[in-house]
Amino acid sequence: MTTTSPASVLSMTGVSKRFGAVQALKDIEFGVDSGEVVALVGDNGAGKSTLVKCIAGVYPPDDGHVVFDNSPVTITSPAQAQELGIATVFQDLALCDNLDVVSNLYLGSEVVRNRALDEVTMEKESWRLLRELSAKIPSVRIPVASLSGGQRQTVAIARSLLGKPKVVMLDEPTAALGVAQTAEVLNLVERLRENGLGVILISHNMSDVMAVADRVVVLRLGRNNGEFRVSDTNVQEIIAAITGATTNAVSARAARKAPQEEQA
Amino acid sequence: MSTPDTPTAAPTEAEITDPTAVPADVRPADLQDERLIASQGFGGWASATWGRLRSGDLGSLPVVVGLVLIWGVFYALEPAFLSSRNLVNLSLQMVAVGTIAIGVVLVLLLGEIDLSIGSMSGLAAAILAVLFVARETSVIIAVLAALGAGALVGLLYGTLFNRFGVPSFVITLAGLLALLGLQLRVLGNQGTINLPFESSLVRFASQQFLPVWLAYVLAVLAPAVYALSAWRRNARRAEAGLSTTPLSRLALRALGLAAILIIVVAVLNRDRGVSYMFLAFLVLVVIMDLAIRRTTWGRSVLAIGGNVEAARRAGINVKRIYLSVFTLCSTFAALGGIFAASRLASANQSSGGGDTNLNAIAAAVIGGTSLFGGRGSAYSALLGILVIQSISNGLDLLAVESNVKFMVTGAVLLLAVIIDSLSRRSRAAHGRA
Repeated sequence: MTTTSPASVLSMTGVSKRFGAVQALKDIEFGVDSGEVVALVGDNGAGKSTLVKCIAGVYPPDDGHVVFDNSPVTITSPAQAQELGIATVFQDLALCDNLDVVSNLYLGSEVVRNRALDEVTMEKESWRLLRELSAKIPSVRIPVASLSGGQRQTVAIARSLLGKPKVVMLDEPTAALGVAQTAEVLNLVERLRENGLGVILISHNMSDVMAVADRVVVLRLGRNNGEFRVSDTNVQEIIAAITGATTNAVSARAARKAPQEEQA
Repeated sequence: MSTPDTPTAAPTEAEITDPTAVPADVRPADLQDERLIASQGFGGWASATWGRLRSGDLGSLPVVVGLVLIWGVFYALEPAFLSSRNLVNLSLQMVAVGTIAIGVVLVLLLGEIDLSIGSMSGLAAAILAVLFVARETSVIIAVLAALGAGALVGLLYGTLFNRFGVPSFVITLAGLLALLGLQLRVLGNQGTINLPFESSLVRFASQQFLPVWLAYVLAVLAPAVYALSAWRRNARRAEAGLSTTPLSRLALRALGLAAILIIVVAVLNRDRGVSYMFLAFLVLVVIMDLAIRRTTWGRSVLAIGGNVEAARRAGINVKRIYLSVFTLCSTFAALGGIFAASRLASANQSSGGGDTNLNAIAAAVIGGTSLFGGRGSAYSALLGILVIQSISNGLDLLAVESNVKFMVTGAVLLLAVIIDSLSRRSRAAHGRA
């Protein structure tokens, strides 16, 4: 790992989003480099999911600049976000319960052969992809409704990788998972990073964040409230920024400097 | 069906302890999970089917059972019900509302509804009759104009739905009345317009039947095409290392289909035969079934019916799908109106009125398309209309008054909806929602 930042794949400045009288996001600065895992943390209602949805094109932001792959873009629809190479795994999974695993994996990007769906290729590729993620799904021809929470999460993550994205956003990917499945998802996140993807990880679980993230961005009440490199911060500092125990990034930095200088 | 001859190395532990275990790498890619209950042979297939039925995945079973019951009861009361003559009549009667029901299946798959299909079919009948008889245009122009009106109305519904997010049942309820008014206006003060009996439309709808040999050829050809495509699919799946349907089961299915079709053709041929209009209806059902199951469009329709938000996030152009489905539904309604006007050789102020609306919706639901969206098939239009029209036809044969007819049809619809709701609840409880 070099210390110089690799090419930034996504960067946002001054992003704002209002819902009626609620200022959900205000002047957000955010970015991710390729081959980097950025954790996006914050309390409930801090605006994490709103920011994710802005990036994913679900809610177009009211204001702000987005640069993707070194060119300015405005993301207005999920389809456009996908085309750019931004894949998202939403907290509420967004799977169609009535369709089987293959249909869900390829929803919106079906493989077509002779103008008809190419079920054989899709099923074969589904198995390849699921095996790659060492997913434990007994059959890809059963409706997603009959899968467990962890299996559904796996399907959702596998789904995000089909379009060969440059950035993958995972909204609370381990929230509903057991111990082993959480470890699997974290392994998966690391594998994504090794493959040079930018990963945005939204999580409440600090041990997950500290385990895989390179950088932590804290949101509080819709604003940036600090940014830390995992290698030189600790859980207490991040939690302080999340809860607002430290009021701003400057004092947070000052507080961090002091003990470090003592150690030095 | 052949066992891959991998070089047999020293037997693994699994093979020693469990002689029936197959080494994982030999099994098809989709059957390797050890938790899968392998259903092998006829017994396995039967037990899997039984399990599916018990958990509420009824498919078309209730309607087939219901149909057998209905036919049995009517046959007992009036043996003429199952005569070739009456069955040919039945095949002609069911086409118009059946065609409308195909469109209803589409909107129901989205979890929406169109309540104006009856009025739309009446309007289409009126437009056809006025252009063809009063204005003396060619048949093609009159038919295209009627279909075009259907498409326009559907486009309007879709646009209103997408733009204002008004529930579809309100939009189409407004349409029900508005289209009825339009139908009366188009007909003007004439009230009833009769289509000439020698016109191609009327001949097509009531006098033109397939030659006997052609009907049999089609009855054999259709299963053959089915078997061929299933066989080719098997070959591709085997090539991709996936499991295949056993040849015996494929052959059984194709032979079963052939037997059913040949019996139908034989029975109908004892009287006038298979009508071209009936064939057109069957072809439409098959085409729509393929469109729903085998195309990206159909997959999008099912996805939206299952979870609109998921479909939207998957990058599906949800609005375009809504627009296309509302358009298709109204166009099918218009086509149904054309068939009805052609068969009855007239269009009047009550065309498409009465029970047309409800029968079409009932047919789709009775056939097994869920009112809750995302579940159903084009064949439910065929099965459902067969049930509805059998009841109507049988009650007519018994000379029952129409007030009883309405009540019976209403009760059957209620029964179908209850079965749908119960099986939906059971599916949810068994994790098959």
